[in-house]
Amino acid sequence: MSFLHAFTRNRGAVLGLIILALVALMAATASVVFPFSPWDMQGAPFAHPGEEGFLLGSDSLGRDVAAGIAHGAYVSLLIGAVSTLVGLAIGVSLGAIAGYAGGLMDDAIMRVTEIFQTVPSFILAVVLVAIFRPSLASIVAAIAIVSWPPVTRVVRAEFLTLRNREFVQAAEVLGRSRFAIIVHEILPNALSPIIVLASLMVASAVLLESALSFLGLGDPNLMSWGFMIGSGRSVIRLAWWMSVFPGLAIFLTVLALNLVGDGLADALNPRLSRRR
Amino acid sequence: MSILRFLLARMAKMVAVIATIVVVNFLLIHAAPGDPASVLAGQSGAADARFVEQLRHQFGLDQPLSTQLWLYVSSVATGDLGISHLQQRPVLDLILERLSATLILTLSAFAFSIAAGMALGVAAAQRAGSWIDSALTVLALGFYCTPIFWVGLMLVLVFSVSLDWLPSFGMMTIGAPLHGLARVQDIAAHLVLPALTLGLFYMAVYARMTRASMLDSLGQDYVRTARAKGVPEGRILRRHILRNALLPIVTLAGVQAGQLIGGSVLVETVFAWPGIGRLAFDALLARDYQVLLGVFLTTSIMVILFNLATDLLYLLIDPRMRPA
Repeated sequence: MSFLHAFTRNRGAVLGLIILALVALMAATASVVFPFSPWDMQGAPFAHPGEEGFLLGSDSLGRDVAAGIAHGAYVSLLIGAVSTLVGLAIGVSLGAIAGYAGGLMDDAIMRVTEIFQTVPSFILAVVLVAIFRPSLASIVAAIAIVSWPPVTRVVRAEFLTLRNREFVQAAEVLGRSRFAIIVHEILPNALSPIIVLASLMVASAVLLESALSFLGLGDPNLMSWGFMIGSGRSVIRLAWWMSVFPGLAIFLTVLALNLVGDGLADALNPRLSRRR
Repeated sequence: MSILRFLLARMAKMVAVIATIVVVNFLLIHAAPGDPASVLAGQSGAADARFVEQLRHQFGLDQPLSTQLWLYVSSVATGDLGISHLQQRPVLDLILERLSATLILTLSAFAFSIAAGMALGVAAAQRAGSWIDSALTVLALGFYCTPIFWVGLMLVLVFSVSLDWLPSFGMMTIGAPLHGLARVQDIAAHLVLPALTLGLFYMAVYARMTRASMLDSLGQDYVRTARAKGVPEGRILRRHILRNALLPIVTLAGVQAGQLIGGSVLVETVFAWPGIGRLAFDALLARDYQVLLGVFLTTSIMVILFNLATDLLYLLIDPRMRPA
């Protein structure tokens, strides 16, 4: 109750949640509102917004930009959510092991984390998707692989402070298994920073996906916002709407996710809020 | 002496990271779907059998994996990054040719973001709570949420297409062999939009950091002491406040080096800037994996060197950081 109250008191967070709900609604109803493939020609090419029944204009092949944005919402949200879940799974497990086990294990994991944080992550993602061929699976995997290190750091830090608390020692004395202690005793207490981080990870995953598909590394069967901007790039003098509207869609979605993340941070840990 | 030891320790770490990246590159070639030789030759289908055979021999693909790894690591160590099947030239040559363009772009974007960011941050801190202050907050959040390639396209739309003030394509005017000052001016005009695109986000970030640490140090005892001594305001700002504000900025700059170079791939693609990012994009289109892996290795080394530079800068700015 107090969580909901704290969250709804943050006007930005509520606005973010509303935008996010609208984007999700757009993704869910895309095939009803635009009951055709976003790849299909629907009329004359380069129709201005509002002309020939195209709300947001048409592209160089006569495809409906509005339909592309609606169908692309699904891809952005799906990839953002799934890659975040995979990244969390990697990051939380490694961070938990490093923080709980300590010693050599901790050293080894932190070395690997450091290397991943040094390497230019976007270029690594590009290389991974290119070599394993662009597909939904390879994009999700690449985004997850470059986004887990901050999770590991945060979880490790939480575990380091929690592992010596009385309730953990009590569980150890009671003879509970390490796995049970990590999952049932420590993890629930480390959840709030993980939740906040997750919402920001979805935001950066949406940005990363758009950048990959802008470079032509999107799933060739799925319409995505980054791809639309990429195909509008060379004809921007002719058709500004091809790049402007998908970009606005990305901006609004990522902004909403960040606002929600801020709200979560405020509500879950009022003492450590990022802004205000 | 101790600085030397610090440097040696950093060097050892750098070598370890670079070695890891080389091994990862090797594993990627072998993990890719299909025969490694044809992966290296590119999947264009037009790779001729003799070239594939030559690769097979060069990388010893008929030998055990450990021998192959050794062959690969030793060839990379001697600067042999393989051959681009698209251009039929050594990858290292291609990268070195393009390196200066990328350095010009990233370094000017970096310099711009630091200079403009600190200026804005000082202005915002001196009028805390004013419109500059809130505009900065909105600006930083805005750039954080916007894909960088889209910012570039929007700048093109405004400054090239609508206003026709600045060129939007390439690094110099094609077909006009300029020399001396005219050439520098030409390149500078082409540089403005890409460097702005790459630098604007970091400008907003550095502005917010400068503002925060300035407000923080305004209340410090050493600032009050300096005022009491009658040190002129300008000198207090430069020597006492900004010098301290610089530390977190340098730290952040080191952390963000990878993002800056990653962003330059996108910016170079948007503006057809002839650097290694654009090289990577062309390699992507042609499935030229050797070039792609070479770019990955080179950019990683650039990040590591940049991090080393920020460490050294840290020692220069803050005497307390010098190892005892």
